[in-house]
Amino acid sequence: MSDFRLPLGDWADAFIQFVTDVFGGFFSVVRAIFAGFYELVDLLLQTPPFWAVIIVLAAIAWLAKGWKLAVGTTVGLLVIVGVDQWQNAMSTLALVLVASLIAVVISVPLGVLAARSDVASKVIRPVLDFMQTMPAMVYLIPALILFRVGVVPGIVATIIFAMAPGVRLTELGIRGVDKEVVEAGQAFGSSPWRILRQIQLPLAMPSIMAGVNQVIMLSLSMVVIAGMVGAGGLGGQVVQSLTRIDVGLGFEAGLSVVILAIILDRVTGALGTKRAPRRRGVQSPTTDAAEPLGPEAERLPAASANA
Amino acid sequence: MTETSAIEVRRLTKFFGRKPREALERLRGGATRSELAPLGTAAVIDADFDVQRGEIFVVMGLSGSGKSTLIRTLNGLLEPTGGSVTVMGETITGMSPKRLREVRRKHVSMVFQHFALLPHRTVRENAAYGLEIQGVPAAERRARAEHILERVGLGGWGDKMPAELSGGMQQRVGLARALASDTDILLMDEAFSALDPLIRKEMQEQLVELQQELGKTIVFITHDLNEAMFLGDRIAVMRDGRIVQLGTAEEILTDPADDYVAQFVQDVDRSRVLTAGNVMEAPRAVVTASAGPRAALRSMRDLQTSMVFVVGSGRRLLGVVHDRDVLRLVQRGERSLESVISDDHPVVGADEHLSELFESAVESQLPLAVVDEQGRLLGAVPRVTLLAALGNVSSNTAEHTVIEMPATIPVDVITATLHRTARPETAVADAADATAVAVAAAEAADIRAEVLMRADAAGERSPA
Repeated sequence: MSDFRLPLGDWADAFIQFVTDVFGGFFSVVRAIFAGFYELVDLLLQTPPFWAVIIVLAAIAWLAKGWKLAVGTTVGLLVIVGVDQWQNAMSTLALVLVASLIAVVISVPLGVLAARSDVASKVIRPVLDFMQTMPAMVYLIPALILFRVGVVPGIVATIIFAMAPGVRLTELGIRGVDKEVVEAGQAFGSSPWRILRQIQLPLAMPSIMAGVNQVIMLSLSMVVIAGMVGAGGLGGQVVQSLTRIDVGLGFEAGLSVVILAIILDRVTGALGTKRAPRRRGVQSPTTDAAEPLGPEAERLPAASANA
Repeated sequence: MTETSAIEVRRLTKFFGRKPREALERLRGGATRSELAPLGTAAVIDADFDVQRGEIFVVMGLSGSGKSTLIRTLNGLLEPTGGSVTVMGETITGMSPKRLREVRRKHVSMVFQHFALLPHRTVRENAAYGLEIQGVPAAERRARAEHILERVGLGGWGDKMPAELSGGMQQRVGLARALASDTDILLMDEAFSALDPLIRKEMQEQLVELQQELGKTIVFITHDLNEAMFLGDRIAVMRDGRIVQLGTAEEILTDPADDYVAQFVQDVDRSRVLTAGNVMEAPRAVVTASAGPRAALRSMRDLQTSMVFVVGSGRRLLGVVHDRDVLRLVQRGERSLESVISDDHPVVGADEHLSELFESAVESQLPLAVVDEQGRLLGAVPRVTLLAALGNVSSNTAEHTVIEMPATIPVDVITATLHRTARPETAVADAADATAVAVAAAEAADIRAEVLMRADAAGERSPA
């Protein structure tokens, strides 16, 4: 009995070895692109004085929801400045924004594909389950081999971990669009692409925005783990405090993560519910679909605070 | 062949499930829906019909009878398992998606049960949607959408969002969207089923009005037989995927194909389907005005009635005369009926529904005179006939003993009067009257009866 052992681990090893050998060049390119992208966003956030960035972020919050959120944003960001985590927080924000953007760019089309084809849906679903439930740190190992230490393996691991809700909620949203309305598009001779653009995507928008919100929240919760592979930022601080058993630093860095999470959640959440009606605040029936997700989103910042 | 049908459906079968080929063969071999249940659902089985241009064709059936599937094969939303569909001369079965879209843009638009408006667009943008797909320039489609919205009673609502409108108004937008596309054919899938009864009635009337004005071909799906009867020029009744009867409302009502249809039509408000023209009887008590009082009186005596219709030239209805008045005329020796013709009797049009006849029937004891547009007498509807039609009692088999107004003056009085006032120029007729007295008194011989009939016919015919 003890003689038999499934050599799954060996296979995974061999697979990564094979991938490194064959696609090494490709991964170098990906690494360069991700790194460059991250550097650019990081530069944009780090270069201006902190108060300028706070004003811009507060303005976005004000536009998205209202003056209350703007005040909250300002106060929260000032606290981060006050505990001397501003630079780390901006690095983290850059990482989250880059990872989320790439995750959304990948996940929304995948969600559309899954919604349009049952076969694609059947293939994609278990892959998503795998990606979401595999302990996040496990991604870091191949990511480290393929992209070497630094911010890129952190971004890659974050994208993989955070992508799933984007795909799922996009699929759900598009499949949830009233069948008769889609039929109306077909009946009047609209092409499938046009139906997607003019009917399915606009009507699924609340659900898709809820997905984007979830992607961002999950990205933020990956930040600490990304810190382990040298991604720096607040995650790096948390890892550092763990190795030094520094309660004070750990609390300050952790609190900064929570503040960022709340701001990002409220802003993207507000964008999600504001997008759909678009004109003169008319409540379309589909907007309600986003509501049940509300409490879910509220809970997430708390979850990431534990991380 | 310049005039083809708008839609031709040939042996159309739609099967959802495994092994569609096998299912198709078995269905064509006469298998029923339930026999194929293990394989899947046979939604439509061997449907075969033509929809003529400019008619309202109603498909009627309960939920699950396959009517919604049927209508979706008519514009290619569903590909049939067997058979073919031809729209305006183009066979759409097996057509490429691109060409199919072309056919939909040009020929077929659709109105949906739950409206299916785009909630993120204004009413005007919704109405213009079909035109937008057709590639009509923005300014033109805006104008055309506005015009159609006006037409369906939504002028000035163009800037609202659909959610701001009531259900009835939303469906008007749906109708406007379909009409604005200016296609030859309109498919309406339970279009009024989600509306309140009052609004539904209003929409039905508006649809008929629009159809008469625009001459569209309409295929209308409904589960409401009253709606089907009201709208349909022809009605196809579906049951378990098969069309069990195809005919006009009257045909289905008076001659149901099987027990199922019969059971169905039991609940129909017959008074809203049948028209005066459908139930009227040939008027027997009719005289021409120029025939004079004596002919009228004779006619009343022979028919045992107290009134006759009086028609002028070309059978134009002038009015009725009553026996007492005519008797007086005859006694006074008057030659013209004119002074006693009364026009206070009820007159109805041939296409008026029975429901519209009740009031007239209540107000007057006389049979309702049925006339055409030129005022020509077509027939009469006595109260008994009206009741018989509502109760679906066949007027062919049952003997109505009292159809005309019962006579109020005894026969022998009339005969005596006619005899007494006889003049030389009416000698032939009076001779017949004389014999008639004999007949009444002493059970006459056949020859004499023939004389009587001939005399009567002569009296009625000669002046006209």
